Amino acid sequence: MLIDLREEYKRMGLPNNYWQLSDVNRDYRVCDSYPTELYVPKTATAHIIVGSSKFRSRRRFPALSYYHKDNHVSICRSSQPLSGFSARCLEDEQMLQAIRKASPGSDFIYVVDTRPKLNAMANRAAGKGYENEDNYSNIKFQFIGIENIHVMRNSLQKMLEVCELKSPSMSDFLWGLENSGWLRHIKAILDAGVFIAKAVSEEGASVLVHCSDGWDRTAQVCSVASLLLDPHYRTLKGFMVLIEKDWISFGHKFNHRYGNLDGDPKEISPVIDQFIECVWQLMEQFPCAFEFNERFLIHIQHHIYSCQFGNFLCNSQKERQELKIQERTYSLWAHLWKNRGDYLNPLFRDDPSQTQGTLHLPTTPCNFMYKFWSGMYNRFEKGLQPRQSVTDYLMAVKEETQQLEEELEALEERLEKIQKVQLNRTQVKSKQSEPSKHSGFSTSDNSTANTPQDYSGNTKSFPSRSPSQGDEDSALILPQDNLKSSDPDLSANSDQESGVEDLSCRSASGGECAPSEDSGKDPDSDEAVFLTA
Amino acid sequence: MEFAELIKTPRVDNVVLHRPFYPAVEGTLCLTGHHLILSSRQDNTEELWLLHSNIDAIDKRFVGPLGTIIIKCKDFRIIQLDIPGMEECLNIASSIEALSTLDSITLMYPFFYRPMFEVIEDGWHSFLPEQEFELYSSATSEWRLSYVNKEFAVCPSYPPIVIVPKAMDDEALRKVATFRHGGRFPVLSYYHKKNGMVIMRSGQPLTGTNGRRCKEDEKLINATLRAGKRGYIIDTRPLNVAQQARAKGGGFEQEAHYPQWRRIHKSIERYHILQESLIKLVEACNDQTHNMDRWLSRLEASNWLTHIKEILTTACLAAQCLDREGASILIHGTEGTDSTLQVTSLAQIILEPRSRTIRGFEALIEREWLQAGHPFQQRCAQSAYCNSKQKWESPVFLLFLDCVWQILRQFPCSFEFNENLLIMLFEHAYASQFGTFLGNNESERCKLKLQQKTMSLWSWVNRPSELSKFTNPLFEANNLVIWPSVAPQSLQLWEGIFLRWNRSSKYLDEAYEEMVNIIEYNKELQAKVNILRRQLAELETEDGMQESP
Repeated sequence: MLIDLREEYKRMGLPNNYWQLSDVNRDYRVCDSYPTELYVPKTATAHIIVGSSKFRSRRRFPALSYYHKDNHVSICRSSQPLSGFSARCLEDEQMLQAIRKASPGSDFIYVVDTRPKLNAMANRAAGKGYENEDNYSNIKFQFIGIENIHVMRNSLQKMLEVCELKSPSMSDFLWGLENSGWLRHIKAILDAGVFIAKAVSEEGASVLVHCSDGWDRTAQVCSVASLLLDPHYRTLKGFMVLIEKDWISFGHKFNHRYGNLDGDPKEISPVIDQFIECVWQLMEQFPCAFEFNERFLIHIQHHIYSCQFGNFLCNSQKERQELKIQERTYSLWAHLWKNRGDYLNPLFRDDPSQTQGTLHLPTTPCNFMYKFWSGMYNRFEKGLQPRQSVTDYLMAVKEETQQLEEELEALEERLEKIQKVQLNRTQVKSKQSEPSKHSGFSTSDNSTANTPQDYSGNTKSFPSRSPSQGDEDSALILPQDNLKSSDPDLSANSDQESGVEDLSCRSASGGECAPSEDSGKDPDSDEAVFLTA
Repeated sequence: MEFAELIKTPRVDNVVLHRPFYPAVEGTLCLTGHHLILSSRQDNTEELWLLHSNIDAIDKRFVGPLGTIIIKCKDFRIIQLDIPGMEECLNIASSIEALSTLDSITLMYPFFYRPMFEVIEDGWHSFLPEQEFELYSSATSEWRLSYVNKEFAVCPSYPPIVIVPKAMDDEALRKVATFRHGGRFPVLSYYHKKNGMVIMRSGQPLTGTNGRRCKEDEKLINATLRAGKRGYIIDTRPLNVAQQARAKGGGFEQEAHYPQWRRIHKSIERYHILQESLIKLVEACNDQTHNMDRWLSRLEASNWLTHIKEILTTACLAAQCLDREGASILIHGTEGTDSTLQVTSLAQIILEPRSRTIRGFEALIEREWLQAGHPFQQRCAQSAYCNSKQKWESPVFLLFLDCVWQILRQFPCSFEFNENLLIMLFEHAYASQFGTFLGNNESERCKLKLQQKTMSLWSWVNRPSELSKFTNPLFEANNLVIWPSVAPQSLQLWEGIFLRWNRSSKYLDEAYEEMVNIIEYNKELQAKVNILRRQLAELETEDGMQESP
């Protein structure tokens, strides 16, 4: 099995003196949206866990998400406590104490409620709420205002409307982007991740994270923090494990959130999309820290919606087990792993500052670090993307380098042999080595590169599709094949040519325009195909 | 005037320097005629050498006896000096103010600078108009060099040598010059070898309110079109602005008098509107207290990217007319020294692969900006922190560089140079030890005897040791026209310039280094393999010779 969570917990250094695998949720007896295998503090007895689970929304009791073995500090996750205005639960208090005691280096733990304070307070009226610092010993309680799924859904909707504007002005675009609030939300999630990563790595304090049910914002924040803390999650395999752990196993409701089945539209929300975008924003800031590239993220996002693979079906592990998803469907991870050559980041460095340990984001609020991700949200408008890919170029160079290394070795061997043979004065015929062609690494999409766009600015349409309507694979998976450029999506973008016709529509004198010559076959494009062939 | 008169306190000890990304340094502050120097007098700490001409504005603050001077530079950097002693602080501040605003060009640093490097090639002679013309003359005989402006008598902002249609004699050119703003008669800017179409540029026609005409002007413009061909006149101003210009004696071409030509109006902003845009943008970049939404709206409110989009769009339109429509172009705004040059030079970046090489880009700057009479001295006198709202200061050249960066970002493998070359040009346009960007046009440069008295920027840049810093490792010659996207999604804030002092570039530098390593290693292996192959081939032929009797 490619992705094995038992292996993952072992990698984290578990079980150990403080943490153990609990079977309390065997057969989903305690919590049906949790996995059966969970790590909890050794001192947390089944009685404490069950008691605590009764005091938590949907019985999602505090369980381990990530263990930082460098300093024996943990990130745990749960749902909100059913505290109402004054309710208490001894077992829950003991549970948190057990978590604190499981990291002996620190005398307190952070409890991070990822909701805005107002939302959390409103929940108290419904008998839910947040931890009262007075009732729990040695906790530091902290709100981090990430908005709920409804706000996020509307935000994405607004941003996609901006992406779909026909020939927007710069102001339309920036205003729309700002009004959507999307980047503000992305930043809030990253800020929360940074807060937790700092608490763990710098303060050496364990953190319990929750939101309302503990399967949306909690998943986002735990996985961002883990990614910041542990270089393993920045590798191809590690990233798959991370999604498997924090999202799939902990019961993120994929069916509901991504509308896999006809259901309540109010349940739909781009929760994991936001996490994936957070990773992209980090990749932009730390270009050498990730083993995978942007294409990897886009393809994962695509398949979360495509339902082509079984990984993202159902709302919980329990449902997946009942439907025998593992036996009846293919896993995306195997598919991605098989094609991993397409997903590598050529700049990834194993050794230096970026990949070792924690990624440190600047402490000052640098808003300008958060950028619009056109590679994702305008990915079907090839004309909007950079026309030459540095990633593909460098991958081609690296591939050639590898071939050269092999050839060099072969040549050296042969040379040695011949020299030996000559010494012996024996005559051996050897074949002329095949000259390897140095054929450049032109990875540019020259066919679109050489088609002017509409610069008169009023006819061009950019039909943008929302990412939730994934395209068929052929359009999406265009890794290195665009060299051969047989993909009709890439070469024959007649849309892009429309600009030629309406050049003088802005002419002052009534816009009368001599009929433009039929541009017919595009000589440059032909040339381009010729050159890259 | 002696500099010494301006320097009341040449030296202060125990000054603390704060600057972005470096720990504070304590040291001795020295003022010289052209530099502000801070030296910690320790061997391994870097010192600050700041050209006075790089200082855009200063602020003073006092807390007790401790004075603080905040220096805002034309390259957008902000540094702070804590100076013990109020009198010293005031003296230093007033000296800096005086020295950074010298009123005579000949007192500027380039006239005093003596290069510490060996000049391999004198940059003043690197890009001669005659040589540039030779590139065209092999392809066409319809154009000629004219020396009509030899003594700058016809047009003070043109160089002595210009390229004009062969059919027009110098006498006719003189007449046309009287009909064009600033005497800027239409000249050749670019010849598109692929189809023989051209880009010309000029000043606005002086039609005035009563529709003045000029037979020679009409003849000149029509002479550039072959029979049956069409042309476009791109006026960089909106129609209403062009119409208003008539009241001041300016105007635009009536299509009736230029029957083969169609006029297109675009709206590229000018002067203080651009300057205010820059001021707002830099303010927004420096203010890190506001939240995410505020940042985007301030970016929007600066309108900087709107200007970028408008300029790029117009340049693309011009290139499209030329390459796709097979039509020639005449471009002008009012004077023909600002937006006109942005458009003609960017169109060449799009169309002409040579202008995407280092040498070709330098030639483009020389031809389309320096020789073409962009008033660098006026436009770059002050930068984003100035508060004297002079009408002639404007980041026209910076906008051009930004547009080039946008295209470079979209075509990262098609340029021989990297971002550093653009940043370097920006810095030197505003403050430099070289004479290249001094003066407003060739005539002024001639009078200042810059060629004799100062060093050319190109003499320094084109040395192999410098060139390597500006070379793009990803470059692969691309002989095609490159069409950038001008959609808002495709245009970005140029971080290398605007966030340079606000965010650490450590990880981006590391990535660049890694990229260079990957490519260098590949080249190294390639070379090794080639050597071995040759050796092997030699051995094998020897072998063969031994074999055959």
